[in-house]
Amino acid sequence: MNIEEIKSAITNKFSGSVIENDELSKNQIEIKGSKWLEVATFMRDNPDLSFDQLECITGVDMGEESNLQSRYNLHSMEYRHKVEIVINHDRKKPEISSVEQVWRIGDWFERETYDMFGISYKGHRDLRRILCPDDWEGWPLRKDYEGQESYHGIVVPKIKEEEEWE
Amino acid sequence: MGVVQTDQMVLNIGPQHPSTHGVLRLEVMTDGEIVSQIKPHLGYLHRCFEKHSENVTYEQVIPFTDRCDYLASMNSNFGYVVTMEELMEIKVSDRVEYIRVIMGELNRIASHLLALGVYGLDIGAFTPFLYMLRDRERILDMFEYTCGARLLYNYMWVGGVSHDLPKDFEKICIGFLDYFEPQIEEYNNLLTYNKIFIERTADVGVIPADVAISYGVSGPNLRGSGVNWDVRKDEPYSIYDRFEFDVPIGEGKFGTLGDCFDRYWVRMLEIKESVRILRQALKDLPSGDVHQALPKKIRPPKGSIYRRTESPRGDLGYYIISDGSPIPSRVKMRSPAFTALSCLDEVSKGWMISDVIAILGSLDIVLGEIDR
Amino acid sequence: MTVDFLIDWFSTIGNFPILAFILAVVISGIPLFLFMALNAMVAVYAERKVSAFMMDRIGPMGQGPGLHAGKWGLLQTVADAIKLLVKEDTIPQTSDKLLFKMAPFIIFIGAFLGLAAVPFNSSLQVVDFNVGVFYIIAVGSIGVIGIVMAGWSSNNKWSLYGAMRSAAQIISYEIPAGLSIIIPIMMAGTMNLQTMIQFQSGSIWGILPNWIIFNNPFTFLAFFIFFISAVAETNRTPFDIPEAESELVAGWMTEYSGFRWAVFFLSEYANMFVVSGLAVAGFLGGWQSPIPGMFDSAGWGLFWFMVKVIFLIFLMMWFRWTFPRLRVDQLMHVCWKVFIPIAMFNIFGVGIWKLIIG
Repeated sequence: MNIEEIKSAITNKFSGSVIENDELSKNQIEIKGSKWLEVATFMRDNPDLSFDQLECITGVDMGEESNLQSRYNLHSMEYRHKVEIVINHDRKKPEISSVEQVWRIGDWFERETYDMFGISYKGHRDLRRILCPDDWEGWPLRKDYEGQESYHGIVVPKIKEEEEWE
Repeated sequence: MGVVQTDQMVLNIGPQHPSTHGVLRLEVMTDGEIVSQIKPHLGYLHRCFEKHSENVTYEQVIPFTDRCDYLASMNSNFGYVVTMEELMEIKVSDRVEYIRVIMGELNRIASHLLALGVYGLDIGAFTPFLYMLRDRERILDMFEYTCGARLLYNYMWVGGVSHDLPKDFEKICIGFLDYFEPQIEEYNNLLTYNKIFIERTADVGVIPADVAISYGVSGPNLRGSGVNWDVRKDEPYSIYDRFEFDVPIGEGKFGTLGDCFDRYWVRMLEIKESVRILRQALKDLPSGDVHQALPKKIRPPKGSIYRRTESPRGDLGYYIISDGSPIPSRVKMRSPAFTALSCLDEVSKGWMISDVIAILGSLDIVLGEIDR
Repeated sequence: MTVDFLIDWFSTIGNFPILAFILAVVISGIPLFLFMALNAMVAVYAERKVSAFMMDRIGPMGQGPGLHAGKWGLLQTVADAIKLLVKEDTIPQTSDKLLFKMAPFIIFIGAFLGLAAVPFNSSLQVVDFNVGVFYIIAVGSIGVIGIVMAGWSSNNKWSLYGAMRSAAQIISYEIPAGLSIIIPIMMAGTMNLQTMIQFQSGSIWGILPNWIIFNNPFTFLAFFIFFISAVAETNRTPFDIPEAESELVAGWMTEYSGFRWAVFFLSEYANMFVVSGLAVAGFLGGWQSPIPGMFDSAGWGLFWFMVKVIFLIFLMMWFRWTFPRLRVDQLMHVCWKVFIPIAMFNIFGVGIWKLIIG
């Protein structure tokens, strides 16, 4: 299936969930976050789509003024086609349903994205930080992240402001 | 007679433990020897690869990729530069492609040798480990001869490679392959066909294909479960479509499909396939320049790309977002060992502590890549 | 027989039986202890070199007579021993200190007592019990008490696992070992090691030495069961699950360091020597020459005995550096479902054989 067919399959089932966006590259589909769990389950279980593998979840911070994004790279072992789902989150309260029970690897990928961006996944059974320590403050990969001054008495060295490249 | 009561006990495997392959901590719930639950705790080796990448130029990310999968740095570099070149839509010369494939496959052999050797060590056989390291050493010597480094190469650059091959490299490499191929049978005689080794690995830690796919397990681990998926074959990158090679998949040689032995065996067969690719690549190696004229600070066009390549551990994906500046806006590494480790809990339930070690070893994790 | 000899000799000097007994025991005990230390030193060096050659390495080369340019690392174990003796002796704060301190010595006593009954040649044996075989098997099991003590008192989960595995393993493997050593007893009709070795003099059809192992097919099989069980009893690979370093860090020895750990080491090699000695005495003709009728003076006897024991120890090292490790349930499977039935069948077979053939 090519990207248009995948898109129409999703639109047919969940009308209005796909957002048309010209800025996306060719294999991306932007969808609304509200029905993501249903869409994900459909994409896995529909015999024509059969996206049985979640390749990757990438959290993206589009800039300090802009949105947070989750990007899901899906792949079908059966048909060998793939697609990238883009979901925008509100920066103030990033929240999305968890797909850890749809694709089991979602468990760790979501924990990682939560750890780095603070996107909270509703319905995740064990949403803890995974790479940073449990008591780490802030969301390191957000563009507006400010490092802690000290951590358990260890002073975090300040990075000198680098001069602009060029 | 009273009722015999048993109690659950929490056993902490790691972070300092001989066979966690790095600094991994496993919180294991055990009932006697039987394991009922495993909670892996990661992050002891977290070096902020992704955060660093947002503060350096595209070229400067490459040394960081070395340090992620430090056992297959060439393949980490390879994945990154392939992704970058696809993002920038540049084509590199044939010689560069061939050199990259040669280096990638040599590194795959080196990585698999270490994986198999250490697996023997996990099971308790010390000697095969040293035999395999002995041969891995020769590959590292070749790398050192080519680029001066033995472990962290920073060899592949966007648009080229850092150094051309030394002029007698082909001869050395073919000499190595001629020496190496019969050695594989030696490993098999020493370790693979050992009755105790088979008893310890066959039927243990079975990952069924659907579970493997759901957990995103990839590479030799996925092929060990009988799924025919190899990025080199199915989504060819670089020049892998020019070579003839098979994708070995597990077949339950001594036990159930997808057990530890299958994963081990797939790696052993893959070494042979790598040798095949190497022989073809060395035969056709064209001459030419290995540096492409690129500006000192490369500025890819605005956009994003996700590209995966086949590292010795599986699908190594890079997600790169460019905003048009010389500094990447986001670099994400989809690490295959990370996904492989995530299925440990599911696979290890009901097995014994010794089997957990065997299963963990068969997944061939590298903590540098998991924690990034 | 050294003790008996000394007591006799003291009694010719004067009548002080208690003092004579103590003196005799001490005088024969000290060389035995020195032998134990020497055995460990040589064995550790041999193990390093054997493993090195098997692994395509050269092993220790630095230490040796003449500073750094030493020969073949001959003094490596001396350096090791000095290092271990001067190392800090750490005792975990939460451990059961009394048991923790006692454990190494109980293991040591088990190994040391066993050595007392090993027949080096026709006269060089500290005590010649009339139940020598039984004695060695009996004191050999003292060690397991020490192991369980060490594992429990360390207050460490790895140690506890190691100790539990070890207890299960040693107690289980004592059964096939014991059942197999019954066969030489049946053949020779005695438990006395010297008499048993005397029984094995002469030759079979003039070619083979008349060792019990060659006597009939059942004894041949029994030797292998005994030897493998002995390897298991000494906790060596492929049966080293109590100290499996890739699983249990160091098993019951995890918390030990320095001198106490050295004592464990000493005992392990002494145990290897004792079980090999018992196997040699029971099946391989003890100090009898392998060429019947030649080289069988007392001096040669010592030589042959040591050669046979060292060969068996070498075999154990060979196992260790070749085989992977068994899992604990597989280990029990081999013991209870394979070795014990075969060992029992062997006893039956030997009985029939003796009845019919003689």
